[in-house]
Amino acid sequence: MSEASIWMVVALGGLATYLIRLSFIALIPHERLPAAFREGLRFIPPAVLSAIVLPELVLRDGALALSLDNHRLLAGVVAALVAWRTRSTWLTIGAGLLALILLSLL
Amino acid sequence: MTASPPHKEFLAGVRDQLPLLLGVVPFGLIFGALAISAGVPPLAAQGFSLVIFAGSAQFIAATMVGSGALPGVIVFTILIVNLRHALYSASLAPHLAHLPRRWKLALSWLLTDEAFAMASARYRRGDLSQAHWYLLGTGMTLWASWQVSTSLGIAVGTRLPEKLPLDFALPLTFLALLRPNLVDLPSWAAAAAGGLLAVLLGGLPFKLGLVLASLAAVGIGLAVQRLSSRPETGENV
Repeated sequence: MSEASIWMVVALGGLATYLIRLSFIALIPHERLPAAFREGLRFIPPAVLSAIVLPELVLRDGALALSLDNHRLLAGVVAALVAWRTRSTWLTIGAGLLALILLSLL
Repeated sequence: MTASPPHKEFLAGVRDQLPLLLGVVPFGLIFGALAISAGVPPLAAQGFSLVIFAGSAQFIAATMVGSGALPGVIVFTILIVNLRHALYSASLAPHLAHLPRRWKLALSWLLTDEAFAMASARYRRGDLSQAHWYLLGTGMTLWASWQVSTSLGIAVGTRLPEKLPLDFALPLTFLALLRPNLVDLPSWAAAAAGGLLAVLLGGLPFKLGLVLASLAAVGIGLAVQRLSSRPETGENV
């Protein structure tokens, strides 16, 4: 692919991404949105964050891996308990990584 | 009410973003190295990070450049992979509605998965009058470290110890930031549905599973809210 084409991908890909990010913040007036839509907004964070995390824990190479040798699942459970108790990002990441490293040493 | 001053909010944003760098910096290093090995010229590889600033889309786009896909197809793929940012935009829009336009333009530019996750936790805490400075602090920290780590990846490749599972740091971060968003039964229902549906739809390409699962989960959250608020208990949200 020519360098000019790659720069075109960068420019148009960047523009598309920026327009998506701007969409509701700066392009679509909030008041015009239906009430049910606005009511649903508060569920976006729990829905999305959970949808990012859970597949990372229970899927391995695209297949469901609900077994004890799925170390990421076990480490994720440890991290979830720490997150629940401490509400600290540092401690959650630290506990999860430490658990994963220790499990890999077993 | 005493609002915390802008510089304090900004610095709090920077500070709270630091643990996320554990996952973001290796990601940036790998992106830089991968783009070069896919045949992207160094300046254009940095251009991806400067202009697009979205890790997953950049990875897929650079890989597609390497495999000789048509430019138009790559742009379309970037668009699809980044559709989830519309959800972030919608979620933050009410919080940013009162700000001048330049703030909206800047904070939208900096709106990534990580920035959104941090913002969602920040807006669960009180004193929101200067919270946009917090978002600016998190966003700029993330942006700067993404540029630097991309440059390092371009220049020297990845020299990370392979034994360290640092890629796991990002899901752990999102797990930590999920916690403050679980405040009542409907938000739990949305999280449970989002996670389960994302697992079921995990086979869909371009993060479409994530977008569809999240949309359905928002609907489930709303439905549970309607059902559970029918009695007179009128739970406060």
